[in-house]
Amino acid sequence: MTSPASAPAIVVEAVTKRFGTTQALAGVDLEVPRAHVVGLLGPNGAGKTTIVRILSTLLRADTGRATVAGFDVKTQAQQVRRTIGLTGQYAAVDENLTGFENLVMIGRLNQLTKAKAKARAGELLERLDLVHAADRTARGYSGGMRRRLDLAASLVGRPQILFLDEPTTGLDPRSRLGLWDVIRELVADGTTLLLTTQYLEEADRLADTIVVIDEGTIIARGTADELKNRVGGEQLELTPSDPAKLDAAAAALATISDGATRIDRANGRLTLPVGSDRNRLAETIRRLDEAGVDIADLSIHRPSLDDVFLALTGRSSTHEDDPDLDSPHSASHHAGQEHS
Amino acid sequence: MTTAVAPIPASATRGKLVSTASDISVVVVRNLLRYVRQPQLLVFTVIQPVMFVLLFRYVFGGAISVPGFNYVDFLMPGIIVQSIAFGTAGTSVGLAEDIANGMIDRFRSLPMARSAVLAGRTLADTLRTAFTILLMGGVGALVGFRIHTDLLHTLVAIVLCLYFAMAFSWIAATIGLSVTSPEAAQTGGFVWLFPVTFASSAFVPVQTMPSWLQHIANANPITLTVNAARALTLGGPTDPVLYQALAWVTGIMLVFGPLAIRRYRRMSS
Repeated sequence: MTSPASAPAIVVEAVTKRFGTTQALAGVDLEVPRAHVVGLLGPNGAGKTTIVRILSTLLRADTGRATVAGFDVKTQAQQVRRTIGLTGQYAAVDENLTGFENLVMIGRLNQLTKAKAKARAGELLERLDLVHAADRTARGYSGGMRRRLDLAASLVGRPQILFLDEPTTGLDPRSRLGLWDVIRELVADGTTLLLTTQYLEEADRLADTIVVIDEGTIIARGTADELKNRVGGEQLELTPSDPAKLDAAAAALATISDGATRIDRANGRLTLPVGSDRNRLAETIRRLDEAGVDIADLSIHRPSLDDVFLALTGRSSTHEDDPDLDSPHSASHHAGQEHS
Repeated sequence: MTTAVAPIPASATRGKLVSTASDISVVVVRNLLRYVRQPQLLVFTVIQPVMFVLLFRYVFGGAISVPGFNYVDFLMPGIIVQSIAFGTAGTSVGLAEDIANGMIDRFRSLPMARSAVLAGRTLADTLRTAFTILLMGGVGALVGFRIHTDLLHTLVAIVLCLYFAMAFSWIAATIGLSVTSPEAAQTGGFVWLFPVTFASSAFVPVQTMPSWLQHIANANPITLTVNAARALTLGGPTDPVLYQALAWVTGIMLVFGPLAIRRYRRMSS
């Protein structure tokens, strides 16, 4: 038996959850050590939020067991609530209350005295850069301010373990970077963080360990670097000046890349593994020179987590019902050009 | 972690009661602030009730004669109960909004009393109702309403109305927790109130209705509550109508209280 004090921050064992005919979680196992940041990465509907809701006592698992700070989420829910902070997918702030009032309310409900709740509210408003808006109702807050207030609310009870469910979804890039900084500061003082995200970059930037989840199952876990190595490490990308010479270039490189050269005709580009042999790069350029292929662009590409997702599932991590945002835009752009 | 570990069970229970009461009061204050900070909600708590009083007093009132009563005296207890019932739609909408914007999730993830969210909601709405009753009493007095009994009977009538308000806000809470959006709560919270409040003795004597409707209207809890409030403020026998009204209202509370609480608990399944 582990005592709560020394137990891992989060333990999930064979947890399943079904909603109607949808198997949201199909047997998930997870262990997060204390003071660790784990990023749950997956597309919409993968089951990330369901895990967070089960761990934060909002939802009951059908089968399996989960503990947070050593407390069972089912039978010791109230103890779990005393150790966690939750920032859900929607900024759960009371629009009719000021920023200060929101935090005092949460403090009181965290069983702080009035005076302590006020002191804590002031402290957190300062920490999350909301002092200027402390006495304005949250109705008038921008998206980024709401998220910060929501994050502040989840910190009121000084949680040992923090759950952030897609903390930056819907934020503009600047607010996102700001929130990342805040989150990094938080975890620097030993808070355990479980973060869900659809953004590969976000998991990469914030998490010690990334857990990739798809259709209710964990399909991979590791550090960002470990995951990236799974798709074959660094790739050399070559763009000949003349796209017609793609095949000639590929033929010239056939013997040094062991047949791993890929031709990307759409982008007029060749991709081959860099490999561990540093001479290979020089050899590659020499052979292309001999074959008379001018190189317009040459780069070494470290795989993104998007590539990892593609390699793991055979699908892109962008959701299927979401049409490529660029295509309708560029289509109309072309149409416009033709008319003018 | 909490540092307050109670040494003896008796004080632990007391501590729990105190903290539950504190949680409820925090939620009550929060819910009442909504009415202060969102002035458009005053349409439902102030403008609409006053408008109904003026409409029925001056527009319809002339065409409605109630034997033995001055119409404005007949009207006021009825319209107050009607306004209370309509006001409970706010409970449905408020709860549905809290679910939609994640406030309920936030509350449920806090180490607070589980009962405080619903208790705080219905208590706040009952307090708002007290305000509506006083306001309408005042407006009624301005347009000619006079109480014909004593202070004690009037106070009993007010308590009955508040009890009725609390019971109806449990119905509204059940609706608010059952629908999927605040918009649905707005509709669902209101639709049933029209037939229930109008097919009653609130505005006209039941005897003027077709006989099939009279049967329904006579059994309607609104009719019984209104008739009891009339007897208490205008005079006349309160037995048995007051007890019938209390029985009805208690019945509603006993059914919808547990129903709402069960729905709230089921949110985690």
